[in-house]
Amino acid sequence: MEGTSWDLALVVFEVWLSVVLGLIVLPAMFGVSLGFTDLYVKALVKTLEWATLRIQRGQKEEDAVPAHLPNGIIEKDDGSMEEEIGELRRSHPKSLAGGDFTLCDAFYFCKKGIESIVEDQVTQRFTSEELASWNLLTRTNNNFHYISVRVTIIWGLGVFIRYCILLPLRVTLAVLGLSWLVIGTTLVGLLPHSNVKTWISDLIHVTCYRICARALSARIRYHNKENHPKKGGICVANHTSPIDIVILANDGCYAMVGQIHGGLMGVIQRSMVRSCPHVWFERSEMKDRHAVAKRLKDHVADKTKQPILIFPEGTCINNTSVMMFKKGSFDIGATIYPVAIKYDPQFGDAFWNSGKYNMVSYLLRMMTSWAIVCNVWYLPPMSLQDGEDAVHFANRVKSAIARQGGLVDLFWDGGLKREKVKESYKEEQQKMYSSMIKGRLPSHERQDCEV
Amino acid sequence: RWRLFSDLLYKHNFSEIIQRASKIFVSHSQITRLYSRFHSLDKGENGALSREDFQRIPELAINPLGDRIINAFFPEGEDQVNFRGFMRTLAHFRPVEDNEKNKDPSAGEPLNSRNNKLLFAFRLYDLDRDDKISRDELLQVLRMMVGVNISDEQLGSIADRTIQEADTNGDMCISFSEFIKVLEKVDVEQKMSIRFLH
Repeated sequence: MEGTSWDLALVVFEVWLSVVLGLIVLPAMFGVSLGFTDLYVKALVKTLEWATLRIQRGQKEEDAVPAHLPNGIIEKDDGSMEEEIGELRRSHPKSLAGGDFTLCDAFYFCKKGIESIVEDQVTQRFTSEELASWNLLTRTNNNFHYISVRVTIIWGLGVFIRYCILLPLRVTLAVLGLSWLVIGTTLVGLLPHSNVKTWISDLIHVTCYRICARALSARIRYHNKENHPKKGGICVANHTSPIDIVILANDGCYAMVGQIHGGLMGVIQRSMVRSCPHVWFERSEMKDRHAVAKRLKDHVADKTKQPILIFPEGTCINNTSVMMFKKGSFDIGATIYPVAIKYDPQFGDAFWNSGKYNMVSYLLRMMTSWAIVCNVWYLPPMSLQDGEDAVHFANRVKSAIARQGGLVDLFWDGGLKREKVKESYKEEQQKMYSSMIKGRLPSHERQDCEV
Repeated sequence: RWRLFSDLLYKHNFSEIIQRASKIFVSHSQITRLYSRFHSLDKGENGALSREDFQRIPELAINPLGDRIINAFFPEGEDQVNFRGFMRTLAHFRPVEDNEKNKDPSAGEPLNSRNNKLLFAFRLYDLDRDDKISRDELLQVLRMMVGVNISDEQLGSIADRTIQEADTNGDMCISFSEFIKVLEKVDVEQKMSIRFLH
C-alpha cells in the first residue's frame, strides 16, 4: 500500500514539474509571455473593484472610514520661520528698544512641534503605504473596514488561492531559477575569457531573473528603453526592496554592488562573480570610502564591463518618496543613468520593512501577495556639470527620479530608519531664530552678541 | 497589526474607544486617524507612548522646543501616555470653530478655548508649574530657542526687558494673567490650532 502511494506522489510531482517547466520556465527563459499573468491581473482588478463597491455599500454612516489622503491629513502653512513669526508679532504692541523677542515666538515652535506629532514626513516612509481601498489581503486591513459575509467569502477564497496554489508554484519557480543561476554561472566560470563567455553569462543571468520574476507574478512595464544604461556607466534607482534587482535585471545585465553575505546569499554572490565581474565588498572594506570609490572607478573605466547598479538611498524606503542620495557614487565621474521604479501597491506591498521582517518572511509575504505590478522609467543620462559638487548633482538626479515616478522628494536621510537625526539640523533652526532676535538689536549690543 | 485586525473582528472594542474619545474629539474620522498615528508611534506595542517614541520623530527632534512640547503630554511624574492622554493634549489644538458643532453646556470650558490654548503655551515656559514664569525659567526657554548664538549677557537683558514689559504687579515674574494681557491682541485661535483636511 505504501509503495503505491509513494509512486503516486512521485507521478504527481513529475507531472507538476513538467507543467511548470513547460508552461512557465521555458517561455520565461525565451522572454515569451503566454499571457497568463495578464489574464490573472485583469481578473484580479475586476474582483478588487467588486469588493471595494461592496465594502462601501456595507459601511454605515458612523463607521465611515476616512479615505486615504495622499496629501497628508492636516493643513500645514509653508511659510518660512521669518514669515510665520513675523505674522505672530504683528499684532503684538512692541517697543523696538528691546531685543526683538516676544513671548508669542514660542507659539511658532509649539505649533510646528504638534503638527509633526500628528503627522511627519519621515516616519511614514518606513512603513507600508496605506491603500485607498482594501485589496483583500489581511496584512493591509488596518483601516477597520467593514467586512460583509460575501466579501469574507471572497477573502477566504483568496487566502486559499494564494497560499495553496500560488505559493507552492512560486516557490518551485524560485528554487529552479536560483539553482539555474548558481549551476549555470559556475559552469560558465570554467570557460576561458572570451566574447562567447560574456554572451553566455549574460544569457544565464537574464533567464534566471526572468524565472524569478515569474516566481513573483511580476508584471513589469519598461518605459523609454532608449535610455537604457550603457557599459561604463552607473545606474541609480530608488530602493524599495531587494526585488528591485530582479525587476531591473529582467531587462538587461548589470554589475551588482554590495556586501558579501554568508549563507545562501553568499553562495549566490560567489557563483555570480565567477562568470562576470560584480563588485562585492567585505564588511571591513565598506567602511573605507576611498577603497570603495577606487574599485567603482576601476570597474567603470573598463568599457567591457556591465553598468554598475547602485541604490544611493542606502536603505529600503516605502515607495512613496525618494530620500537623500549618498554622494559616493556621484563623485566617481561616470555618466549616471537614473531609473525610477514605482510599484502599484494594490496588488502587493513590495516594501521590505527590514526592522519588522527578516528576508525569509519578507519573501514569503511577496510570494503570497496577488502580484507585483510595477513601472520602470529609464531617464536620460546625466553627468556632473562644471562647478557642481557631488551633493548638488546627487540632489539633481534625485529630483529627476522623484518627478518621473510621482514620488515625494525629501532631503531627509534614509538612515533615520535606525539612527537619530543629526544635531546640526536643530542648530540650523536655532541659528535662524537667533538672527531674527539679533537683527533688531541696537548696534552697540549687536557686537557683543557673537559667542 | 494583529491587534488592529482583532480589533476589527471584535468591532465593539474599537467603537468603545471612539465613544469615549468623542467626548474629547468630536469627529470620528479624526479620532480614527489619531488612533492610527498613535499606534504607528507605539513601537513597543504596549498601548502607551514613552518619551523615546516621540523623540523618534525627526521633525520634532530638531525642534528647539521639542523636549518641552513632549513634556506637555506626560502628567506629573509619569513617563507613559495612553491614547486618552494623547488625545487630551492634542485637543488643545482643535480649531475654536469646532466647538460650534458640539454645544454641551454641562461640559465646562473646552480644552481648545483661547484661555486653555494660552495656558498650554504658558506651561511651556513655566516648568515648575508654580503659575509664574520666573527669570530663570524664561532664560531656559530662550536658551533652548537660540542655542549657542547669543551670549549670556544679551540673553539676560532680553529676559529682563520681557519681564519688565509684562510685569504689572512688580514681583519680577510673569503670572498667567499678565501673560494673557501681553498677548491679548495675538490671534491665538489661528496660530495655536491644527486643522484636519477632510
